[in-house]
Amino acid sequence: MQPVDSFLFLLVGAALFCIGLTTVLLKRHAIVVLMGIELMLNAVNINLVAFSQYDPDRIQGQMLALFVIVVAAAESAVALAILIQVYRHFRTAQLDELTELNR
Amino acid sequence: MLQLAFYAFAALTIIGAFAVLVTRNVLYAAFFLLLTLLGTAGLFVLASADFLAIAQIMIYVGGVLVLVIFGVMLTHKPESSTDMSNQQPNRIPSSNRKGVGSSWVVGTLVAGSLFAVLFIVLVRANFKLLNQPVGWKSTVSTIGMQLMTEYIVPFETVAILLLAALVGATYLASPLAKPTRYATR
Repeated sequence: MQPVDSFLFLLVGAALFCIGLTTVLLKRHAIVVLMGIELMLNAVNINLVAFSQYDPDRIQGQMLALFVIVVAAAESAVALAILIQVYRHFRTAQLDELTELNR
Repeated sequence: MLQLAFYAFAALTIIGAFAVLVTRNVLYAAFFLLLTLLGTAGLFVLASADFLAIAQIMIYVGGVLVLVIFGVMLTHKPESSTDMSNQQPNRIPSSNRKGVGSSWVVGTLVAGSLFAVLFIVLVRANFKLLNQPVGWKSTVSTIGMQLMTEYIVPFETVAILLLAALVGATYLASPLAKPTRYATR
């Protein structure tokens, strides 16, 4: 079976990263911005895995992708906790309305 | 056959991500993110990373996405009682930044130019690594051995990081940590 060309993996990773970056730049709701960050992390993981299949003995790319997944899970947990607390304080999750430090 | 599966999963990933970008509803964005994460898991399988695909499904789809949906529901501002006739009861709007027209232009410009640069770099780059043959074998035993030998220090560090992050997230989200306590009223 002919394996998939790795160039296509890298292309999908680049497209996913750009879509995630646009989401982070454009969206106003804090949770959607977090989703954009997750998209960018997934794009990086695709790249790491695509290169890692040529390194079957040490698979350094897959190990790094594994740690990226774990750190992304921790980051998303803490960020959502902070977001819930921000919502309790300001009664909004729209980033453009969070303009004061102390209300 | 393999190419067909690859194109299907790649289309799932890209279309899901694009739907996250264009949808105006936060809850729909969370469900489209599910499509993207599943497509990414399929791509991992096609790149002979079976363990990572399962980890992706268990951690992202089973953990992070559920957390995100909980976040969406906990930060839902109920709409005013005047529009109870709204036909979309689950609608949580996620508008774009102020100055709608110009912001789309700026976002598309930044991301489009970045993608153009990446595309040109990828086309011109001639990775010597990519000309080697690839084999199909399960990576589970290799990952297990690597975690216990070469990556033992990052493994333990990540364990401590996860513990600290979960304890911190639980404390931060609990009502005991009131930020209003420090506010000057």
